[in-house]
Amino acid sequence: MKFKRKNILDMESLSVDEIFMILDTARQMKDISARSVKKVPTLRGKTVVLFFHEPSTRTRTSFDIAAKRLSADSISLSAGSSSLLKGESLIDTAKNLESMNPDVIVVRHSSSGAPHMLAEFLNASVINAGDGMHAHPTQSLLDLMTVREHRAEIAGLRIAIIGDIAHSRVARSNITGFVKIGADVVLAGPPTMIPSGIETLGASVADNVDEAVEKSDVIMMLRIQKEREKNILFSTEREYSNVYGLTKKRLKHCKKDVLIMHPGPVNRGVEISPEVMDGPYSIILDQVTNGVAVRMALFYLVSGGVQNDDAD
Amino acid sequence: MMTLIKGGMVIDPGNITGMFDILVKDKKIYKVIDPGDKTDFLKSEVQVIDASGMVVVPGLIDMHVHLREPGQEYKETIRTGCMAAAAGGFTAVCPMPNTEPVNDNRQITEYIIKKAGIEDAPRVYPVAAISMGLKGKDFCEYGELKDSGAIALSDDGNPVSNSNFMRRAMEYAKGFGLLIISHCEDLSLAAQGVMNEGHVATRMGLEGIPNAAESIMVMRDIALSELTGAYLHIAHVSTTESVNAVRQAKQRGALVTAETAPHYFTLTHEAVKGYNTNAKMNPPLRSAADREAVRQGLADGTIDVIATDHAPHSSIEKEVEFDKAANGIIGLETSLPLGLKLVKDGVLALPELIEKMSLNPAKILGVKRGIKAELPADITIIDTRKNFTVDAKKFKSKSRNTPFDGWKLHGKAVLTMVEGTVIFNEPISKRPLSPDLCVRKKF
Repeated sequence: MKFKRKNILDMESLSVDEIFMILDTARQMKDISARSVKKVPTLRGKTVVLFFHEPSTRTRTSFDIAAKRLSADSISLSAGSSSLLKGESLIDTAKNLESMNPDVIVVRHSSSGAPHMLAEFLNASVINAGDGMHAHPTQSLLDLMTVREHRAEIAGLRIAIIGDIAHSRVARSNITGFVKIGADVVLAGPPTMIPSGIETLGASVADNVDEAVEKSDVIMMLRIQKEREKNILFSTEREYSNVYGLTKKRLKHCKKDVLIMHPGPVNRGVEISPEVMDGPYSIILDQVTNGVAVRMALFYLVSGGVQNDDAD
Repeated sequence: MMTLIKGGMVIDPGNITGMFDILVKDKKIYKVIDPGDKTDFLKSEVQVIDASGMVVVPGLIDMHVHLREPGQEYKETIRTGCMAAAAGGFTAVCPMPNTEPVNDNRQITEYIIKKAGIEDAPRVYPVAAISMGLKGKDFCEYGELKDSGAIALSDDGNPVSNSNFMRRAMEYAKGFGLLIISHCEDLSLAAQGVMNEGHVATRMGLEGIPNAAESIMVMRDIALSELTGAYLHIAHVSTTESVNAVRQAKQRGALVTAETAPHYFTLTHEAVKGYNTNAKMNPPLRSAADREAVRQGLADGTIDVIATDHAPHSSIEKEVEFDKAANGIIGLETSLPLGLKLVKDGVLALPELIEKMSLNPAKILGVKRGIKAELPADITIIDTRKNFTVDAKKFKSKSRNTPFDGWKLHGKAVLTMVEGTVIFNEPISKRPLSPDLCVRKKF
């Protein structure tokens, strides 16, 4: 089977087959990262531009490492260092980048839809590394991969996503991704953080956190964005932590083999208590490891790679 | 020199409807003639406009447009905006005051009127600002503005947030007999929103604007109108709650009228999908239920006027990230065809559409319109059966920001006459039933 998709923009546009093909490829890619020499020549001569219009450490590093492990040349551009600061439009910046013939452009942007707009204008493959509140498909794919490593099948699982759903691209992509593969997704958080019409993505909304986490196989806690000053969403971190945080006490009512996830960066003691974060149920660091594998898989596949049992 | 509009179906609701010829002389309608009348009115040479198969109506008025001049001539000029208006069948337009500099003084109002009058064009009735610089702090000199030709007052897209200021503005404007047009928006509630709040915004990850951001201010301004006794016109109604509020206010006898724009009775927030910046405007496109409520409001008379909110923007403002794109779409050249679609859909009868696009705005603005002797010869001739495809590249407007590009529509203006002068005329040669509309021959 050949992977025909040029751009990875959101989970909505990926078919179930494509998702599994990415996950299967990522599993093979993960082995590369476990070797002492963590590099294969697969994408030698390919150029990857990491165009980050919004601050990011983890995601950009993950993409960068992924490109380098496949021997692609990667170039990082951030808003601060690019001509966007000098008033150039996004499309013009992108067209200029394109003139240097990159093969893949990875875009992180604060505006929802920006990668879609770029994909319309560019010949290079566009991978969305997070756009506004809209989508973060590589995060969703690495989350699917991580759950898949711990459970035989994702279909039929119950996934609780807790916190600021309204402003979370991770939540949107994960709702779409998990629902697509047949999981039940249940959401909880303060009503200020539950956007209207979210159930049209296929998730249900629980009345409170306990109801959402009980019986769930996976609990995904979202980051409280303290930097969001313009929005009036909750009172104090203390109250948030008490009512909506994942604590050891709350965990007692959960399934004995529950998996705890968080897209990071974590506010320790706010949405998740330190004991839970570092506890036995947490697979948060697995998520980070798998991020590299998923991004390697995507670079490989959008560059025309064929799924192959001995791809490594 | 006289002009005879011959053989058309005249629709002037409340006055006459039927097959009449119209004789135009000295900028005015000289006589409305029953075709059976064989009287030889004239011996002199007459220009005959053959309107057989056409509908002839009092000149259309668009009471809510942005002509961008002075200040943003790269988007539109008074001239290009007027040509677009004429091509859309409009004999008059009311440009909003958010120019650069703002139309908050005599010089700008006079400049706009003077510029519009250089060549044959629709009438331009400027709407001046309520507050200096649209800042909501100090009144403009309403007397001066009225004297220089301003027809109404509005801060449009920079709505007056302070309720006491709005109250006093209504009272002060009342003293000059000036109408206040209100863009109803609670800016704090609209917050960072860039499209309608609802499942489409949620799925697209865009901040939403709730219906209440509009209806709260509709209700406030109605309350202030009832408090002050001032006349109030509500701009571009887009929500169910606003329609209901206006309907109830009218039942109480409040001095309130309302307009909506073609996009609110034609499109919904689904049009934004794909991050289409040509579907971004303020107020935003709403849900299907709201569109239905707006249509109902048009049908039952709650909404008096169809106005476009023609808002030209260049690719600089529109080919950008959705949340950074400017609000607004152009509408002058698609308004009448979309209105005729309402007739086709059975929402309005054709005479009702003419009321909402001509007679009602005329009444609200206090100008004369009608097919009647002695009235100014401002007349629009419509081919209701003409099929065409909207081609934004061919627009007279300088801008192209329309969500209707490529739409197949039925019916459009084929001739626009202002004070007896034909300012737009489209030959319709392919239709054997209706020969060219402008034919010179002996009467």
